[in-house]
Parts: sequence; C-alpha cells; structure tokens
Amino acid sequence: MIAIRFHGRGGQGAAISSYILAEAIFRDGYEVQAFPMFGVERRGAPVASFIRMDNKPIYVRCEVYEPDYVVVLDPTLIQAVDVTSGKKPGGFIMVNTDQPVEEIGIKGDFTTIPFDGTKIALEYHLGTKVAPIVNTVMMGAFAKSFGKINIDNLLFAIKDNLPRKIADRNAEATKKAYDLAPKIE
Amino acid sequence: MKKVVTGNHAVSFASKIARAQVVAAYPITPQTQVVERISKFVADGEMDAIFIKVESEHSALAAAIGASAAGARAFTATSSQGLALMHEMMHWCSYARCPVVIANINRALGPPWSIWTEQNDSLAQRDTGWIQYYCESNQDVLDSIIQAFKVSERVLVPSMVVLDSFFLSHTSEPVDFPDQDKVDEFLPPYKGEWVIDPDNPHTFGGLTGPDKYYELHYMLQQAHKDAEQVMDEVHKEYEKLFGRKYGRIEPFMADDAEVLLVVSGTPASTAKQAVIDARDEGFALGSVKIRVFRPFPRELVKEVCRGKKAVAVVDRNYSFGNQGIFFTEVRDAIYDLEPRVPVYSYITGLGGRDITAEDLVNIGKAAEKKECDNPTWWGVKL
Repeated sequence: MIAIRFHGRGGQGAAISSYILAEAIFRDGYEVQAFPMFGVERRGAPVASFIRMDNKPIYVRCEVYEPDYVVVLDPTLIQAVDVTSGKKPGGFIMVNTDQPVEEIGIKGDFTTIPFDGTKIALEYHLGTKVAPIVNTVMMGAFAKSFGKINIDNLLFAIKDNLPRKIADRNAEATKKAYDLAPKIE
Repeated sequence: MKKVVTGNHAVSFASKIARAQVVAAYPITPQTQVVERISKFVADGEMDAIFIKVESEHSALAAAIGASAAGARAFTATSSQGLALMHEMMHWCSYARCPVVIANINRALGPPWSIWTEQNDSLAQRDTGWIQYYCESNQDVLDSIIQAFKVSERVLVPSMVVLDSFFLSHTSEPVDFPDQDKVDEFLPPYKGEWVIDPDNPHTFGGLTGPDKYYELHYMLQQAHKDAEQVMDEVHKEYEKLFGRKYGRIEPFMADDAEVLLVVSGTPASTAKQAVIDARDEGFALGSVKIRVFRPFPRELVKEVCRGKKAVAVVDRNYSFGNQGIFFTEVRDAIYDLEPRVPVYSYITGLGGRDITAEDLVNIGKAAEKKECDNPTWWGVKL
C-alpha cells in the first residue's frame, strides 16, 4: 500500500487533484482510493487530500496518518502546517517553489524535491497571474518523480475531469512538468 | 465498465441506471453532489425523470410519496437534519406502502453543528417501517440502490440505503457500472397494483378505526418478513447477472474466528484489514457486517455468533439512556444461544471520529479479555 498526501490552500484544487490522480492510477491497473480532508473548505485556508493505492483490494477506510509521499502545492504552507507530519522514511516530499532545496526548510529521512510549478502554470495561463492554479502541473511533476503513473493515463484523467475550455492547456502544462521533473530512483 | 467515482455520484448514477422516474430532493451537506448530478442528468436529457426542486426535505419525501402513489418509481436523497425533517413522512411512506428509495448520507445531528459521519440520523428512523441497508464501499452503494428498488417494489416497503459521510460520500474509488440492458432485465418498470388513478377513484389513507389499523400494521410486519426471502432471491439473481455476491449479513473470516467483530458501514471494510492484521499476529479475529439492519437478520446473526468466545459490537451510534443500538439488537438476537455467547458493546467514531484498523484489533483483544463496561466508550477523552 502506498499513501500520498497533497497539501494546498482552499481553491487551489487539492481535492480535484486527488480525484484526477486516482483515475490515472486506476487506469494504470491499481486499486485506488482518493479523498479530500474531511471538513469545511474555506478559500485560502490550508487543506489536504489523500490517495491510497495498492495491488490488492484496499479495505481501510480511515484517514491517512503516515504518507509515503507528500506534495506541497504552496510553499507558504510550510510555515503554517507540518507537511512532514507522519511522513514515512524514504520516498519524497515535492514542493512547488522557485527556491533551492536548502531554502525550503524541511528535514527528515526522505528526499526533498523543489519544483517550480508556478512558472509553468503562468506560462500556460492556468488560473490568474496573481493566483495561478498549479495542481495539474504538480501532478505531472509528481508522476515523473514517483515513476508509477503513466503520463498518458494522467493526461486522459485531466481531460476527463476538467471543463473542456481549460482541459487542453492543463494537459499541455502537465506534460511539460512531467518532462522537466527529475526521475527519482 | 469501471469508473472512478465518489459515493455521492455512485448514488446519482444508481438512481439513473435504476430508471427512477421522479426525484424530489433538497440539498444538504454532504449529500449536495448527489442532487447536483441528478439535476444535471435530467437537464441534459440523459435521465428520463422529473426532477422536483422542493423547499424542504419534508416536501421532498411528500413529493416522492405522491409520485410513488401515482405509480412512478420515486427516489430522494438526504442526510442528518434533512432526514430528521422527513420523519413524519417516513411513517406515511411505509404505512401507505409506497416503495420509495432514499439514499441517506450518515451525518451527526447538531448542535453543535457537525457534518461528519454517525449513524444516529438513520437509526432514529428505525421504527418507521423502512428497510435499511448500510454500505461499506461505493460499489455497495450503487448495487444496494438497484437492489433496494427491486425488493421494495416486490414487498411494497420503502428502503433507505445508508452511506457514511466523507468516508464514502466524498471518497472516489473504482466502481463497476452494470450495463443498462442487464439492469433493465433485473429491474423492469414498476407496476403498482394500487395506484392513484382519476379514472378509477379510491380512497387512500383515510380515517381507519381500531378494527382495521391493527391488521394493517401486522401486514406491514409480514411484508418485512417476506422481504428477507425476497432479498435472498434478489442477491442470488444479482450475483448471477452482475457477478457480485451480497448478503443480508456478510461474514469475513468468521467461521474459524474465536472473537467476532460486529460492524456496519465503512468500519465493516476497515474491519477486514483489522482481521487480516490480527491473524498475522496469531489472534483469531473475524468480522461480520450487518448490511441489512431492517428487517433485522436475527437468525443469520445468531448462527454466525454461535460458539464464539466473545462478540464485540462496534456502534457508531448511541441510544441515550441505554446502549449502542446494534449492540441491543445483536444481544437480543443471540440471547437464547446455548452455550451463551458473551457480547460486548464498544461505542466509537461518533461525530466522525476516526476508526482505524488498529482500533478494531484492540477492540477485539479487549473483548477477548472481557474488558468492557457494556458499553465502553472507546477512546473517549475526558
């Protein structure tokens, strides 16, 4: 069983990311479960979403306390919430930031991957200039570094879940992020 | 075909695939997405139904009853305070023998306001004469709604299909969508025998004295009794057509278990992992899900509990001034087992408090050691 946690802020699409990623993971042939943080979402407030994937049926239906992988959509969250909480040793935490790894300020027995998703989101006009939406871009980057998600399935899931007028742009940006992100062995 | 959907959308799709003809609903967290999707189906012409926007849940069920009484297949969905507001109509629906199906998302009642799961909303409707199903997965939700229409229309008793707030309503996972043709074969159009027809007028639900009312309730109870056999037949037919096996209760590694967890809703799914984990440690735990709570599967519960060292009933609900509600029902059903089987009550997960596999293993271990205050409020922080 692999558990993934996304951190974002209300309105940044953390919940929809988990649904899209779940569809991609399912198309890759895994059992999968995806859910947002259970509660009331307010725009700008810290939120989280979760994914479980496995080769076997997934029976547990409780919250995820010990993620194998973490994705942080907004670097300002690192001051607000403990994004390393319960993080299992190994795997990685991927952070959307234009800063080098030593500036991110999280430590632990895992790899920290900085990835500038905002730059790509702006380039593809995802969201607005002041509030770019980075969720699909970060999924693309995550898929590459994670290595278990087929990019074509991810692009399919994006087009399947997003409104038509923004789907293509999101898919192109996601592909670019996938190409640029590091592969982690 | 399998699709990844939330529990809420599994409800919407089920009502569409079951060809509900009238849907009257009022939105409430966490059920809102159910109604949104159904109204979209109807607006887009994908679902041949009348969608009635109503001003309250009381009206939602009243409209569904009216539609059912006129011979239509009627559906609604609600949660918590919304279900509480339907209460008067709940009695009306079953006593009028209208085979309406409701999806209820379990949500704790306020105050203080809560949107998280708990079973007290649906269990407060226990004595209204409805059939109740409790689901553990989105597949279970979809299949139970389709089955519920068939059972309800056969015995003329309405059904409530219950799913947990967030743990199912907002969780997406793969669900196998049955082919429409096969569902049509399984669930032909509803033909009510006693429907409102202006060309053939009858009186429905008029004043009835003590000489007749009593017998009508006896007949409703007989219908519940009949429902047990109908469900067993329906489950067999469903398995044959769609390849998925269902029961009124669903045991998991129960045969050789020494200690048995009795569970319902999503904890029934988590309990399977608890059982696997316990077996890895050499602890002979098993579990049984009560899928159908009304009619209560007394005989099945009794048989599955026979010979166990201990039975631990896990209740995400409470009857204030007494005990956990499933506990009371289970202990009553197994009261005359010989030799006696000790049964213990664990309250947990109220207001959406998480129930982990570890909690359930530990509850099993506590029951084995007879550590229980009947009830024990598991993990209560005082």
